Amino acid sequence: MESQASILTTAQWEQINQLASTLDREQAIWVTGYLAGRNSLTPPTVGVPADTNGNGASGAAVNGGAAPIEAPAAAAPAARLATILYATDTGNAKELAGMLKGAAEAKGITAQVADLADYKVRGLKDEQDVLIIAATHGEGEPPPAAVEFFEFIGGKRAPKLDGVRFAVLALGDSTYEFYCAAGRILDERFAELGAERLIDRVECDVDYEDDADAWIASVVDAITPSATPAAPAVNGTAVNGTAPAEAAAPSTYSKRNPFPAAILENHPLTGRGSTKETRHVELSLEGSGLTYLPGDALGIVAQNDPAVVDALLGELGLTGSETVSLKSGEQSLREALTTTLEITASTPRFITNWAELTGSDRLRAYAEGDVKRRTQFLEEHHPIDFARKYPAKGITAEQLVAGLRPLQPRLYSIASSLEAAPDEAHLTVSTVQYNLYLRPRVGVASGYLRGLTDEHTVPVYISENDHFRLPADDVPIIMIGAGTGVAPYRSFLQEREVREATGQSWLFFGERNFRSDFLYQVEWQEWLRNGTLTRLDPAFSRDKGGRTYVQDKLRLRGAEVWDWLEDGAVLYVCGDATNMAPDVHATLRDIVAEHGGKDAEAAEDFLHELKRDHRYRLDVY
Amino acid sequence: MASKSGIKIDLHNVDRSNDISQPLSELAPEEALKHGSDYLKGGIELDLIDEITAAVDENNNKLMKFHGIYMQDHRDHRDERRRQKLEPEYTYMLRARLPGGVCSGEQWLKIDELGRLYGDNTVRLTTRQTFQYHYLEKDSLRKVMLGLREVGLDSKAACGDVARTVMSGVHPGLSKLHKQVYAVAQQTSDHVIHRTSAYEEVWFGEAPAEPRGDGEEPFYGRQYMPRKFKIGFAIPPSNDIDIYSQDLGFIAVASRGKLVGFNVTVGGGMGRTDRAPETYPRIADVLGYITVDQLIPTLDAVMGVQRDYGNRRVRARARFKYTLDDKGVDWVKAAIEDRLGFEFGATKPFEFTSNGDAFGWDTGDDGLEHCTLWIENGRIIDHPDRPLMTGLRKIAQTGLCTFRMTPNQSLILGDVKPEDRPAIDALLEAHNIAPKQISSQLRANSMACVALPTCALAMAESERYLPELITKIEGILGKYDLLEEPITIRSTGCPNGCARPYIAEIALTGRAPGKYNLYLGAGFHGQRLNKMLHENVGEEKILETLDDALGRFAGERLPGEHFGDFTIRAGIVAEVKEGRFFND
Repeated sequence: MESQASILTTAQWEQINQLASTLDREQAIWVTGYLAGRNSLTPPTVGVPADTNGNGASGAAVNGGAAPIEAPAAAAPAARLATILYATDTGNAKELAGMLKGAAEAKGITAQVADLADYKVRGLKDEQDVLIIAATHGEGEPPPAAVEFFEFIGGKRAPKLDGVRFAVLALGDSTYEFYCAAGRILDERFAELGAERLIDRVECDVDYEDDADAWIASVVDAITPSATPAAPAVNGTAVNGTAPAEAAAPSTYSKRNPFPAAILENHPLTGRGSTKETRHVELSLEGSGLTYLPGDALGIVAQNDPAVVDALLGELGLTGSETVSLKSGEQSLREALTTTLEITASTPRFITNWAELTGSDRLRAYAEGDVKRRTQFLEEHHPIDFARKYPAKGITAEQLVAGLRPLQPRLYSIASSLEAAPDEAHLTVSTVQYNLYLRPRVGVASGYLRGLTDEHTVPVYISENDHFRLPADDVPIIMIGAGTGVAPYRSFLQEREVREATGQSWLFFGERNFRSDFLYQVEWQEWLRNGTLTRLDPAFSRDKGGRTYVQDKLRLRGAEVWDWLEDGAVLYVCGDATNMAPDVHATLRDIVAEHGGKDAEAAEDFLHELKRDHRYRLDVY
Repeated sequence: MASKSGIKIDLHNVDRSNDISQPLSELAPEEALKHGSDYLKGGIELDLIDEITAAVDENNNKLMKFHGIYMQDHRDHRDERRRQKLEPEYTYMLRARLPGGVCSGEQWLKIDELGRLYGDNTVRLTTRQTFQYHYLEKDSLRKVMLGLREVGLDSKAACGDVARTVMSGVHPGLSKLHKQVYAVAQQTSDHVIHRTSAYEEVWFGEAPAEPRGDGEEPFYGRQYMPRKFKIGFAIPPSNDIDIYSQDLGFIAVASRGKLVGFNVTVGGGMGRTDRAPETYPRIADVLGYITVDQLIPTLDAVMGVQRDYGNRRVRARARFKYTLDDKGVDWVKAAIEDRLGFEFGATKPFEFTSNGDAFGWDTGDDGLEHCTLWIENGRIIDHPDRPLMTGLRKIAQTGLCTFRMTPNQSLILGDVKPEDRPAIDALLEAHNIAPKQISSQLRANSMACVALPTCALAMAESERYLPELITKIEGILGKYDLLEEPITIRSTGCPNGCARPYIAEIALTGRAPGKYNLYLGAGFHGQRLNKMLHENVGEEKILETLDDALGRFAGERLPGEHFGDFTIRAGIVAEVKEGRFFND
């Protein structure tokens, strides 16, 4: 094995093993030929792995920083290099980028894929066809890891892009005000910089699959030289007419084919007297072939609460036995509302639909008026609130579902390591509970999970997160997290404990109350005792002693934090994106300024550099 | 030196292989801990600011006992928190030092306030005439101690291997004598208290002027006592302090209302361990008489003998009672007299009639009035229909009375001028806490330790169980017309004996949830140990046994015969003549 290991990275070797374990004999022979043929066509990857981590945590940076690679003679002479760039938050954009690459290669086009987080921006002007898949994060921001690229492209140093062709697929969530903003910004900016738009931008909501498939088909058409023969250029010696893209698709479980994971444990982590409920859920991945690395997330395909379904049906005078036809096929209305459609979040499409159904001028005004007002209105009105406040008499099942979008899986950072808990994935789930119009509401996935016992299974898949990986074992890490934001750190420390990693580690943990909310308290204590965790600074914001937040503890330990950074520590921030992450960032900037003797701007630059070097990593939501 | 029997006692011919003369490495680990603790400072301060845990480490917890503090955890929540991956719900019990159990109205108001602020709205009166808080958070300890200091109280020596809070009989009827005995008890407390400045340093941040050295504890030295040392003063005919359970006891002797001296008792103690026959409760011996001015030298001599000869190798045998049995009472007495330079006088006659409290108003011989309130198991709390804690606060606010805690966990509103009595009565009535007919004399003479959920040692319920058990026993008492018969009953959650169970006519000590050892046959005023009748039995067996014994008692008792005496005469249990035969 050593010889392979020295040629391939550990990660590559694991991937090959993983694939090989799923292949039958015929497929294996085909793949051998495919790889041999592909090798003669595809340019070698330029660039260095993003991480030095020996356990394969890497987003291999593909980069056209050097001159574009000339297409091999075997391909059509007119072929251009397609560079597929993605900005991903939850892994969807990355997955689509892989599909686009497969589809392009099936047409004989040489394509390379890079994460915007790793992409060396100076090479952009030398690209040929740039195909962008960009997710939007939170309130219209790009995914945190891609912020550098956005700043570059939006700034004065952005190059002229004459001669570059591009297309953008924008992913977003229409319940947010700045829907698909990241993709929109890139699309407009590339045009401003002189690049030629291949096809119009497509914006997709959370049910992006069909729109994305169509965009991939269109964009591949647009970059395929008409002279190129239909037969695949990537056609190895042993190809039996099977399209490579299809064959390369993983046979393991995925988002489109989730694995029914048995619940092993499901109980609260928060003690009595807590003002919240956070649960620990352990799931079995046994038999799934699913693997993950610390930092990855688990997608949960949840169902709506039957009580909410009943209430909605009741408000609308529907029985639930009506048949509705959806993209996924025909279903009873009850089943559709339970398993297929989102009924606890409203979209602009829903408000438009409801305005039409009810003829309400008020709703029409919201639908067509100011986006900010509409967004707020949507936040405050679930479909059932529409039904209650704007009764739609005689509504049909089909009319109802026309306004609803597909129920989306929810992602949870995995709180375990396969090294420590083989065949398991642990989650740290905060039960989302709030009142709206005096009625209690519960989050779809957290409410669904709360009701499950060890007799149930949950459909799950792995959502990779290359932006949140452990460094090499001897590198110190500083982990900053509030609430369920500690989940990946539990995974990190489980992993490091088993690997007997020598790097120091420091956890800043924030929650409300020491007594009830110190998530995984006894585990941190044990890790402190056995040296897996070097330091722990907890911050509690609702204890009698006064409000303390993680950033307060960071500031208090500023000099030492700076020492750790000087010693090469990697910083992680996980948890709330609205307040915690910006507050932590501002505090880090102050620490760098004060202890590193820099002015504010230089301190900010320093943090930018840390990000660029993958030493300041975010997983915030 | 010759003993009274004329046998020559050789003070130097004594086994010293277990005492302080031995190197630390030969002794129980607690000895090295004390010795190396910088006079009880240890690492407590660092543990107090540890934010990762609400606990302190094991050794610091042992040292904190000398400062009146025990770490505990909420036992009811232990399992639930284990599943929640949270550490046990650690909180602290803090016990104050209150010699003789007396405090002013102003002090009571502070005690009440601290309980409301930090102690989960409750205060617990103890069997040693003081009070303790439960559920204190680590962060609150300093605040509580500062609060106590504001009114001249502290928590020194409430626990630990030192002389504990000094008890004094409360006898409301003999007010003049009580005043004199109480003054002596306070003087005793001041004399025997350990001196270390570590208390002020740890809790109040007052660094000592110079480093603590050999002069820090002139009496105790670096290793303090081998174990706890309990001192009490009794005022006959009341044996409310259970003089026979004290390591060192003083029975007040008065002449025409004036305190003239004491009969001295040594070697009482309750603690034992189940299935460890080398441990046992012991009734104190009466050594003889001393005059009042011989008191302080006697304290030094008795405690000095125990300090120097007590067993420091085996902690379970470290109490003074074992020193007496190991060395012989005569030898110990001679050793004490040798230090005193005089011999004890002949014991003066005394008589005890009861170890319980009399409830309701009583007029003292000084003309002042005293109202003894029955506080079930010493628990001061606002009951839904009986706001006891609030009512006592309102009474304290009037400034019309003092507060006196009794050894039976009752409370006396003392020193009330006759003309102020109506005001106190009105407040008692208004809060539904006036002394009323108690459902039985068994209940009036009952006592339970705290046990679950806070005590780390408890194996079974005590405070939360005894009242309901008594209700069931009252069914039996009613059947035999014994509701008004004074019978003592005590329960503890473990064998250590905080509620002095081994001198109760009926006693239960916890073995497991719902399971107790049942003892019968002690002397009514605590003068004789009881005997275990059943080991590790449940309620059904307990009630069945008591029904049988009480039924026979009702039918066969002699005039004036107490239940404990009867059970021995009737052969239900054998008489325990000495502690060392308790386990026979």
